[in-house]
Amino acid sequence: MASGEGSSAEYIQHHLTNLTYGQHPDGTWGFAHSAQEAQAMGLWTVNVDSMVWSLLTGLVFVWVFYKGARKATAGVPGGLQNAVEMIVDFIDDTTRSIFNYNNPLVAPMALTIFVWVWLMNFMDLIPVDWIPGLSAALGIHYMKIVPTTDPNITMAMAFSVFALILYYSIKRKGVGGFIGELAFHPFPKFLFPVNLILEGVTLIAKPLSLGLRLFGNMYAGEMIFVLIALMFTGGIFMGVFGGVLQWGWAVFHVLIITLQAFIFAVLTVVYLTQAHDVEEAH
Amino acid sequence: MTLSLGTLLGQTLTFIVFVYFCKRFIWPPVINAMRERQTAIAEGLASAERAGKDLELAQERATEELREARGEAQQIIEQARGRANQMIDEAKAEAKEEGERIKEAARAEVEQEMNRAKETLRAQVAALSVAGAEKVLGASVDEAKHGELLSQLAGDL
Repeated sequence: MASGEGSSAEYIQHHLTNLTYGQHPDGTWGFAHSAQEAQAMGLWTVNVDSMVWSLLTGLVFVWVFYKGARKATAGVPGGLQNAVEMIVDFIDDTTRSIFNYNNPLVAPMALTIFVWVWLMNFMDLIPVDWIPGLSAALGIHYMKIVPTTDPNITMAMAFSVFALILYYSIKRKGVGGFIGELAFHPFPKFLFPVNLILEGVTLIAKPLSLGLRLFGNMYAGEMIFVLIALMFTGGIFMGVFGGVLQWGWAVFHVLIITLQAFIFAVLTVVYLTQAHDVEEAH
Repeated sequence: MTLSLGTLLGQTLTFIVFVYFCKRFIWPPVINAMRERQTAIAEGLASAERAGKDLELAQERATEELREARGEAQQIIEQARGRANQMIDEAKAEAKEEGERIKEAARAEVEQEMNRAKETLRAQVAALSVAGAEKVLGASVDEAKHGELLSQLAGDL
């Protein structure tokens, strides 16, 4: 895709367009053949590439960890069990240091988020043209392989976490207690409208910042990879320079994908801790 | 980059399924195995420490017993030596006593022998003196008449 057809802008645009399935304005169902067509499909569409890669990476997580967990023994652990245990232990320690309530859901969820998001982010390290090029050869026109560069994916997870925040807040404090927490802080009770606005914004900011942070970081990283990939069309000198840049950015990106996955998992635990906190003072 | 409700819902469902699967099938066995191993290692370390302490105690007791045994042996040797000395002394005393007694017996026998010799001599002297007197007097000396005289004479000798 890098050489020949279309301008740089088209190349970039092409790389940032999802494979969208939905209902065309004329009533038929099918894939969108351009960003405009996708736009015209309205809200009820599925970004098939995001979903497929998200499912695949999730299955990789589940498969590998299930394989490690099924043969887990208290005796001498094997290689896979060691690796699985190392990650589980890391998440367990992190969760334990933040979350002090008895809830068997939080730590496994943090593990799922950490590993799954990491795997989805990891797709970013695969050179940007390999899989899209392959799928183009197979006749699939659009292929965005990093699910976390799709805001629908990251926001879906963020909203799931948000639903749990609301659920546990109400479960722990009751509806009245939860509303009281929103209305009677940080200012005295008679200023409750101000409090409600402030705390409401804080509450809404949680899922938004959670989902958009991951999306923004990964989208920007992907964009830079695409821009670097553009250099490969600029002759031998630019190509070599682009190769060096891509290598450098990829190395740096290893840090970013891990950090973003970790931040998503830890913030989830932090928000759920706040949802479980009952005491008035904070 | 457009909002896609299908993706949103799909990802939410996928998320729920994976989290559930992890919570149900992955997390518990791994964490249980780790806890169990932790307990086992802690127990192993504790028992090793206990064994070390036991060993130390046993060594102490062994040393103590060795020292006691050595002292006892010393005492027994001491006793034996004392007993030997005592036996030697006893034997010496007995031997001396025995010697003394033998000497005494010998002396008594000698004395007895001497007395007997004296008696014999005395009798012979009496006979000789009678014979001599007979010869001197020319007459027989009536032994019955002069018996008293003769025995007096023999006693004087």
